Amino acid sequence: MLSNFLSYIVQGTGVTIAVTLIALPFGLLIGLLLALLYNYGNRWVARSAGIYSLLMRGVPPIVLLFILYFILSGRLINLSPFWAGSLSLGLVSSAYQMEILRGALAAVGAGQMTAARAIGLTRLQAIRYVILPQAIRLAIPPWSNEASIVLKDSSLVYALGVPEILRRAQQLSATTGQPFLAFGAAALIYFCLVFLTNRALDYLAEKTKLPTQPV
Amino acid sequence: MASSLILQAKNLTKIYGENVIFRDISLDVRKGETIVIIGPSGTGKSTLLRCLNLLTRVNSGQIFLEGREITAPGTNEDQVREQIGMVFQNFLLFNHLTALENVMLGLTKVKKLPKEQARQKAMQELSRVGLADRAGHYPAQLSGGQQQRVAIARALAMDPKVMLFDEPTSALDPELIGEVLGVMAQLARDNMTMLVVTHEMGFAREVADRIVFMEKGSIVEQGAPDDLFERPQHARTREFLWKITELYGKKEKP
Ligand SMILES: Nc1ncnc2c1ncn2[C@@H]1O[C@H](COP(=O)(O)OP(=O)(O)O)[C@@H](O)[C@H]1O
Ligand SMILES: [Mg+2]
Repeated sequence: MLSNFLSYIVQGTGVTIAVTLIALPFGLLIGLLLALLYNYGNRWVARSAGIYSLLMRGVPPIVLLFILYFILSGRLINLSPFWAGSLSLGLVSSAYQMEILRGALAAVGAGQMTAARAIGLTRLQAIRYVILPQAIRLAIPPWSNEASIVLKDSSLVYALGVPEILRRAQQLSATTGQPFLAFGAAALIYFCLVFLTNRALDYLAEKTKLPTQPV
Repeated sequence: MASSLILQAKNLTKIYGENVIFRDISLDVRKGETIVIIGPSGTGKSTLLRCLNLLTRVNSGQIFLEGREITAPGTNEDQVREQIGMVFQNFLLFNHLTALENVMLGLTKVKKLPKEQARQKAMQELSRVGLADRAGHYPAQLSGGQQQRVAIARALAMDPKVMLFDEPTSALDPELIGEVLGVMAQLARDNMTMLVVTHEMGFAREVADRIVFMEKGSIVEQGAPDDLFERPQHARTREFLWKITELYGKKEKP
């Protein structure tokens, strides 16, 4: 009985992970593009990217999720709730990821670009070989934080009927009358996922850290 | 005087907003020549160097590299910068790359050399600045003087036609200045064409073929080191030289 109960929730874990694995990279792609446009684009482009970020971050994710879901599974584009929800979550995250990367790009400093251009690298080569490798290193800790937020916010697609952890916990709670057990199990799974994600990214940060000590 | 013109600036003017940084600057740099630019800070020396390798655009005037106008529309600016080496006050090594990788990057990505060939060339350049044994070190693991020598090697690796130095020793602790000036003096002896902004009067006097004194956005006077130091034609030059010796003291020879 209990093992059936738990396995039902655990099956939702796969969906939660899948939603996150779509939303995070999608958000990273768009966030990176926007951050580059913000830092290196002309004034008009940079301003548009800034406004996008401001709007996206100024509205609760669940409200955006409904609006985007309405667009992505409407008449023009017709995606399943799973895909519409995952991509919407990615769009919400893109604004936060843009801010993280924008800060990291700025922290690398204009001098690195100058030095790269001075040996004849093009702007794109300079970004690719000089700026990004440094910016990404700087971005890992705040990005780790955003990854756990997206992981937890994936529970919002519950509202669209996607059978992830929270939705299954809700169903179990209703059918078994054991809300504490159901939501407790959900909480535990989320905690473990977030914990593992953060540890993995800490490890990555440690592995890619540049030596600073004189040898 | 027989040697050919490498870099020629004609009537350059640079304006930031309302501020005229310099006006009508003209300068000829001949092959193998070492020119030292001196002058108070805020005079536009850094801006002039940045304009010469097109990191900053001039508002008017023309720049020629070996007779070809590089301020002409349609010029491939990346190709121009590849041919003009630049060394900065604050080194600006790529922090995520080792000394060797710093020197190799331009060779593999700009010159498109195969990796092994690039590595050999980069090692040669590091040896030239006396740092072959530091090839695997990251910038943060090197002293300021070593970082600046790697930065010189990085620029030299591109086989530039002329090297621009913007106060290469101003950010260094006094005991590290000599090693960088030593490398630069050797380059001058090897007939590298060099344009050097510096406050190191000892270096200027020993190494320069010509000194250019710049103030408030124009060239006040220029001439051979002995003439300029012993018989400056303008009161402003005299004042500046007097102040700078007060400030920096008599410099030991590089
Ligand atoms: N990007 C810029 N925008 C506006 N003003 C600048 C910029 N770069 C330099 N300046 C101004 O140009 C003047 C000359 O600066 P600089 O070329 O650095 O002089 P120097 O190297 O002789 O000390 C300074 O007044 C500085 O404030
Ligand atoms: Mg300067």
